[in-house]
Amino acid sequence: MQHSTGYIIGFSAAVCVVCALLVSGSAVSLKPLQDRNALVDKQKNILAVAGLMSSDETLSADQIQTLFEEKIRPVIVNLETGQVDSEIDANTFDQRSASKDPETSQPAPTNASKILRIPYDGLVYEVVKEGEVKTLILPIEGMGLWSILYGYLALDTDLTTIRGITFYEQGETAGLGGEVENPRWKALWPGRKAFDERWNVKIQVKKGAAGPAKDDPYQVDGLSGATLTSRGVTNMIRFWLGPDGFGPFIAQLRDNPRWTSVKGT
Amino acid sequence: MASTERETLLDPLINNNPIALQVLGLCSALAVTTKMETAFVMSLAVVAVTALSNLSISLIRNYIPSSIRIIVQLTIIASLVIVTDQVLKAFVFDISKQLSVFVGLIITNCIIMGRAEAFAMQNPPLPSFIDGVGNGLGYGLVLMLVAFMRELFGSGKVFGFSVLPLVTEGGWYQPNGMMLLAPGAFFLIGIFIWVIRSMRPEQVEEDFHVGALSEPGYEGSVR
Repeated sequence: MQHSTGYIIGFSAAVCVVCALLVSGSAVSLKPLQDRNALVDKQKNILAVAGLMSSDETLSADQIQTLFEEKIRPVIVNLETGQVDSEIDANTFDQRSASKDPETSQPAPTNASKILRIPYDGLVYEVVKEGEVKTLILPIEGMGLWSILYGYLALDTDLTTIRGITFYEQGETAGLGGEVENPRWKALWPGRKAFDERWNVKIQVKKGAAGPAKDDPYQVDGLSGATLTSRGVTNMIRFWLGPDGFGPFIAQLRDNPRWTSVKGT
Repeated sequence: MASTERETLLDPLINNNPIALQVLGLCSALAVTTKMETAFVMSLAVVAVTALSNLSISLIRNYIPSSIRIIVQLTIIASLVIVTDQVLKAFVFDISKQLSVFVGLIITNCIIMGRAEAFAMQNPPLPSFIDGVGNGLGYGLVLMLVAFMRELFGSGKVFGFSVLPLVTEGGWYQPNGMMLLAPGAFFLIGIFIWVIRSMRPEQVEEDFHVGALSEPGYEGSVR
């Protein structure tokens, strides 16, 4: 059966309208649920990198939120001075939106992680146990091969021993670069040292296998088939622990540890 | 259920299985079958998409101008896949994270296009819907079988529960790492096709050509 051109155009327009309504309707109506899932997932990652829950442990969303509020304290840090800034509400601050807003961020110097803007303030999480800070969780982000990886690096209070690493958002090749999410690879990180004796960032993801943490503290196994993602991870850690990232904050903490004196926010 | 409908539903499970006989949809069959949980959710997603796309295309089949029928089918399938992806993200976030791009890639799964073009365009809504469910289940069946073997031998688990205690966790089973990599799935699907075709010799190549080559979307079947 032959159809007129007008019919064909009308028909395709109708199909498009119906499909568009279907897609946008579902996207809009499911958004609140998805946002909550993303938040809980982020909190779960922070708890995991803090060693407060293992990655194969299953907790309900409410349990995660309760545990998070109980054990983790968000702190706002001025990246330039390294001082804690208590004027901003840490519970509502979002570092990722802050780094996009020209009011709260500045252009970053050229860097290997291809970070374009850095926020004036960073959002750090402290793991608190009996009034004492046990672990420091720093956000890290940077370019891998295809995508920007977003994650966290957990540091011990000696400020150099790595307690864990995690990535909560990445779009690397599944099975190759995507293995940054592999628990076995992440398990290689705890115990390694981020800084050398003179407090230069030394940790790197090498090509090939590194030794055990005790003998080879500054290197981590590379991801096979994902040299560029591995390099991206090295770059982003160097950036965020360096002078443009949390370097001043860490230097500040070395001189004035605030592990026990901090008040609740 | 009338016998023809039962046939429409059950035929794609063994006799005319989309993966084993039609050799469609292999890409995702390799990618999501390291664990039964992900394979199960993927199967459900594919069943939902094939069934609903067949149903909606069949409902409007007499109005679709034949010159734009493929793009109309594609629009409908793509919309359904996006909706499915959104639903997974809202209700089973962890699993949708593991399935990552493969939910989106359901669009390129030739089973869906193939059934829309070969069945839904010629048949009334109800049989088309059943055909979609059947083909989705046929795909899901292979996915679950492959995932069962891969998870059992690759990590000693079934649906996440330890069945064969691993050496690394104080048990006796040394996991077969190859099962978790893509070749493991290749071998299993190969063996599966071999078994089906030895049981039903009428499925070997010559028959296969007649059925599959006339089927639209066949050329994309390596996906």
